[in-house]
Amino acid sequence: MHYIFAPGLLSSGPVRTALLVGTIVAITSGVIGVFTVIRGQSFAGHSLADIATTGGSGAFLAEVNQFWGFLIAGVVGALIMEGIGVQRRRGRDVATGVVLGGALGLAALFLYLGTQQSSTTGASFTILFGSMFVISPDTVPALIASGVVALLVVALLSRMLLLSALSPDIARARGINVRLVGIVYLVALAIDVSLSAVVIGAVLSTALLIGPAATALRVTRSPGRAMAVSAVTGLIATWLGIWLAYDSYYWPPDGKGWPVSFFVVAFVVVCFLLTYARRRRRPPLRSPHEEEAECSPA
Amino acid sequence: MFSSLMLNTWIAASVVAVIAGVTGFFAVLRGETFAAHAIPNGAFAGAAGASLLGINVIWGLAVFAIGGALGIGALGRKARTDVVTALTLVLMLGLGALFINMSTEYAEETYSLLFGEVYGVSQNEVLPIAGLGVVAIVLIIVAFRPLMLTSALPEIADARGVSTRRAELYFLVVMGLATSMTVPVVGALLMFSLMIGPAAAARSVTARPGVAMALSVAIALVTVWVSIVMSYHTNWPLGFFVGVAGALFYLVSRGTRGVVRVATSR
Repeated sequence: MHYIFAPGLLSSGPVRTALLVGTIVAITSGVIGVFTVIRGQSFAGHSLADIATTGGSGAFLAEVNQFWGFLIAGVVGALIMEGIGVQRRRGRDVATGVVLGGALGLAALFLYLGTQQSSTTGASFTILFGSMFVISPDTVPALIASGVVALLVVALLSRMLLLSALSPDIARARGINVRLVGIVYLVALAIDVSLSAVVIGAVLSTALLIGPAATALRVTRSPGRAMAVSAVTGLIATWLGIWLAYDSYYWPPDGKGWPVSFFVVAFVVVCFLLTYARRRRRPPLRSPHEEEAECSPA
Repeated sequence: MFSSLMLNTWIAASVVAVIAGVTGFFAVLRGETFAAHAIPNGAFAGAAGASLLGINVIWGLAVFAIGGALGIGALGRKARTDVVTALTLVLMLGLGALFINMSTEYAEETYSLLFGEVYGVSQNEVLPIAGLGVVAIVLIIVAFRPLMLTSALPEIADARGVSTRRAELYFLVVMGLATSMTVPVVGALLMFSLMIGPAAAARSVTARPGVAMALSVAIALVTVWVSIVMSYHTNWPLGFFVGVAGALFYLVSRGTRGVVRVATSR
C-alpha cells in the first residue's frame, strides 16, 4: 500500500457531498444526542429512524423525493408516540414499541410493493442501510435547512429540556409545560433522525445519535461541554468513516469497498468502550424517570 | 389454504406465536422493549455473516442473538441500559452492513430474513423450531417466580437474595435463544411486532400476571392466524398484517380500558 489517501479523495464530487452532509449530521446528532441520552430516549431515537425509513420506502413507491417521505413519517411517528405516550418511562417504551411495530409492518408492505414494481432488492437495502456516496446534490439545501431547524429548536429549549428531564417537579413549579417541551423536543429529534436516516441510513443514524453523546456524558458532567465533546467525536467518526470507506476500494475483497457505516459504528463503539477503562469518580447524570424504573440500589 | 404444504406454515407460525406471547409478556412487564427489538434485529446481521461464510444461517442467528443478549447484560452493569442496547444494536447492524456488502449474491436470501419466509417452511425446519420453542418456554416457566418477582417488586427480590441482574441476563439469553429460531419464520422486524403488540394489549386489559400471559399468547395466535389468511388471499407480505394487527390490538384494548374507566368513575 503506497498511499494513505487514495487518489482523488477530495476532488471527487460524491465524496465532497458526503463530507458536507456528514458534517452537518454529525454536529446535529451530536448535540441532540446529549439530550436524548439524558432524557433516556435512545429507543425513541432509534425507532424514529426506523419509522422514517418506512416513509422513505413509501416515497420510493410513490416516486416522490425520498427526503420528504422520511421527514413526514418521522414527525408523524413522533406525534403518535406522544399521543399514546404514557409519562412513566416503561410505559413510554411500550408506546414507542407499538408504534415501531406498526411502522415496520407498513415498511414490509411498501418494500414488497416496491420490489413488485422494480424487481430489485437493492433499493430496499439502500433505504435500510443508506449510502453516503449516493446523496443527490439537489437535496443538500433541504438537508442543511432541516438540520439547522432541529438544532435551533433544541438550542432555544435547552435549559427547559434539561430541567424537565432532571427534575420535572421543579420544572413544573417554575411554570414550564413539561409535556409540551417533551413534544417539541421529540419533533426536533424526529427531524434530526429522519435527516440522518436519509443520508446515512437508520443504522448510522442511531450510532451517531447515541454513541458520541453517551461517550461524552461519561467523560464530562457539564451538558455544555458534553455537547461539544459529542459533536467533535461524531465529526471525527464521520470523517474517518468516509476516508476509510473511500480507501477501502483498494482493499480486499477487491473493488467492493467497505461500507462507511461499519467504520463509523466501530469507531463510536470503541470510544464508548474506552470510557469503561476510566475509573468512575462520580455517578453519571441521571433522569429521575430512570431511577423510578430501576428501583434497585446500585 | 390447508394443504399439506401449508400445514408446516400453520404449525411453525403457531409455535412462534406462543413463544412471542410468552417472552413478549415479560419483555413488556420488565420494560425491555428496546432489547426485544435489538436482539432479533441484530441477529439478522449474524445470518448475513453465516451466509457469507456459507454455513447454516441458524448458527449466525444464534451466535449474534445470544452474543447481543450477553453484551447488553454485561455492559448494562455500569451504564444505562437503553444506551447500551442502542450501541449493541448498531454494532451488530454495522457488522451486518459489512457482511451484506461483501456478499451481494446472497442479498435475496438475507432480505427474506428481515421480513420472513413463512411460506417456505419445510418439514425439516419445523422440528428444530418446535424443539427450541419448547426449550425456551420451559426455561421461562422454570424461572417464572424469580422473573415475576424481579420485574414487579425489585426491592423485595433484592431482600430475598434474588439477583435482579442475573434474572435480567437469564431473560435476555432466553429471548436470544427464542429469537434465533423464530427469525427465519417471521423475520427479524416482525418478531418484534409479534412480541410487543399482543403483550402490551394483554397488559393494558388485566393486571393479573397469569391471565395477562395467557391473553398475550391468545392474541399473538389470533394475530398470526388472521395474518396468514389475509396474506394468503391478498398475496401481501405476512409482516404487514402482523405489524398492523399488533398495533391495532393494543390501541383497541387501550381504548376499551379508557372507556371502562370513564364509565365506572361516573
